[in-house]
Amino acid sequence: MDVLVCLKRVVLAGSTFVLTPDSRDIDTKHLGFGISPHEENAVEAGVQLVEQMGGSLTLLTLGPTDAEEQLRSQLAIGATRGILLETEGEDWDPQATAAALVEAIKAEETNFDLLIFGAESADSAGYQIHIRVAHALGRPIVTNVKSMKIENGIAHCERVVGTTREIYEVPLPAVITVRDGLNIPRYPSVPGRIQARKKPIDHKKPTPRVPKLEKVSLSVAPSNTAGAQVLGNGPEAVPALVEVLKTIGILA
Amino acid sequence: MILVLIDHDLGELDPLSLRVITAARKLTSDVQAVAIGEVGANLAGVVGEYGAPILHVAKHAALTDYTPAASGRALAQLVETLEPEAVLAAGSPRGNEQLAHLATILDLPMAAECSVISLSKTAGAPHSVTRARWAANLLEEAFVHSDLLIATVLAFSVEAEAVPGAGPAKVEMFEVNLEPSDLLVRVLSRGGESSKGGVTLTDAKVIVSGGRGVGGPDGFAQLEELAGLLGGAVGCSRVVTSAGWRPHAEQVGQTGTKVAPDLYIAAGISGAMQHIAGCKNSKTIVVINTDPEAPIMAYADYAKIGDLHKVIPALTSAIREMKG
Ligand SMILES: Cc1cc2nc3c(=O)[nH]c(=O)nc-3n(C[C@H](O)[C@H](O)[C@H](O)COP(=O)(O)OP(=O)(O)OC[C@H]3O[C@@H](n4cnc5c(N)ncnc54)[C@H](O)[C@@H]3O)c2cc1C
Ligand SMILES: Nc1ncnc2c1ncn2[C@@H]1O[C@H](COP(=O)(O)O)[C@@H](O)[C@H]1O
Repeated sequence: MDVLVCLKRVVLAGSTFVLTPDSRDIDTKHLGFGISPHEENAVEAGVQLVEQMGGSLTLLTLGPTDAEEQLRSQLAIGATRGILLETEGEDWDPQATAAALVEAIKAEETNFDLLIFGAESADSAGYQIHIRVAHALGRPIVTNVKSMKIENGIAHCERVVGTTREIYEVPLPAVITVRDGLNIPRYPSVPGRIQARKKPIDHKKPTPRVPKLEKVSLSVAPSNTAGAQVLGNGPEAVPALVEVLKTIGILA
Repeated sequence: MILVLIDHDLGELDPLSLRVITAARKLTSDVQAVAIGEVGANLAGVVGEYGAPILHVAKHAALTDYTPAASGRALAQLVETLEPEAVLAAGSPRGNEQLAHLATILDLPMAAECSVISLSKTAGAPHSVTRARWAANLLEEAFVHSDLLIATVLAFSVEAEAVPGAGPAKVEMFEVNLEPSDLLVRVLSRGGESSKGGVTLTDAKVIVSGGRGVGGPDGFAQLEELAGLLGGAVGCSRVVTSAGWRPHAEQVGQTGTKVAPDLYIAAGISGAMQHIAGCKNSKTIVVINTDPEAPIMAYADYAKIGDLHKVIPALTSAIREMKG
């Protein structure tokens, strides 16, 4: 079983975003980076499949040179190797990103049985790169998978819509996109981290394209910043809270 | 003309589609609708009432349940004959998925989760949109360079408005040509209820939500008791589900469930924006936290500073006493 997971380096912000002076990007000076929870689940799913069935797990990302950090940290939980498609650090639009991913996948000798994506990227949430890649490779795609099993070359997938669970079955090779909750991603072990330093990462430089979905500027969404009315400290303040619950109609 | 995808599950309308008709009507008086699968024709009444006088219905013997790639193919064939200026759908998992298939088949850009759309006024000039990023914590102004605008509408950015006096839509069936590959991915069966009885997060009027501050799986008993007393449900943060303290179905936030109860009690939750993204539409937010500087204070209406393991039991017994 040869699996490929696509992931994206994103900034990990706490409670607010600060933008760069030109309002085109997030000011990342004081922030760390990671990947989306959906993609952490994708890597964990890939590691589990390879543990059960043998084979390899390749990680693919398009991003700045520093995205090597995200590849290494996921290699540390058990992936085999990484491919980094280097950009100059700017965002690529979904069509350009998908085209570069497709080119890289086609250039591989391995014919991956399964490609796993996050349901949507944490930062730009375009909901489409995986569908574009699936069409270009002529493969079926099931999205938003919350539970999955591979048996006899068939992926049995479940996704949750409202209160119902939808069941899909697709023959491999296929593409799936997964959601947070599919599994509990493991933490890298110390030996895992040491091994990850030696695992191979291929670097390539795809050619950028003129964006069809062109980011012009960003703004921080307005929020209720009036702040909380403090009802006091500790259990002594319970009567005040009970009064609030009465006022808003929760308690009679 | 703007074409609006009316999404339905075996004939049951996704009400978000009606909001999209309203969003389209703000841009043009010429709005038409499309539903995939013959059973969609049953929606002509409500679709007409909300302002789309024509409902195109994609017909094919195999279109009996949700088949996203085939939806994309059907939409592409309709776009070819009708030549709309824009195709819009709801910013829901299904809306985004079906339009992404359409955009891919036509090799055009797609803008997901737009809260504002302005169509291009001159040929060759781009359309402009404002779209949600980072679970709507950031808004992006973007140009869409394409004659046909393919976009989804951010779920709650527009209210659905019926058009007074409007009758049912006229149904126009069209046959779709499909390849076997368009039909590979389809819903084969349904697993029934995903939640195990009780109040679900999305329906709950009261949610008592716990974070890392709860300290472990056992600490949630106090939250369950309070939630039970208030007829509500228990929620949690991602730290809690990642640690395996609670099932993922209870996670509130960007990658969990988005909720809007009358009362959201956040106990031992710091208020990372990915969590706030899931609870900011609550009517009243009450925080219980040992840290008066926790970021969640900025989003809350009321706060109690203190250890949740003391505050919650005290609150529970006060309510018990009150109820007698
Ligand atoms: C792309 C992405 C998506 C994400 N999606 C989600 C999501 O859907 N939902 C989600 O929740 N998170 C999500 N996260 C994670 C998020 O960034 C935070 O890590 C998480 O919400 C923090 O959980 P917490 O508030 O429980 O923990 P912490 O941030 O550690 O906060 C614990 C709080 O408990 C308080 N506390 C401690 N002890 C007590 C006590 N005894 N009594 C009262 N208070 C106490 C502390 O003062 C602190 O404020 C996502 C992250 C990313 C990058
Ligand atoms: N730059 C990238 N490099 C590799 N994979 C990506 C990249 N951007 C997005 N993806 C993958 O595509 C999924 C959907 O992204 P999006 O279409 O932006 O919502 C993500 O969850 C990732 O798995």
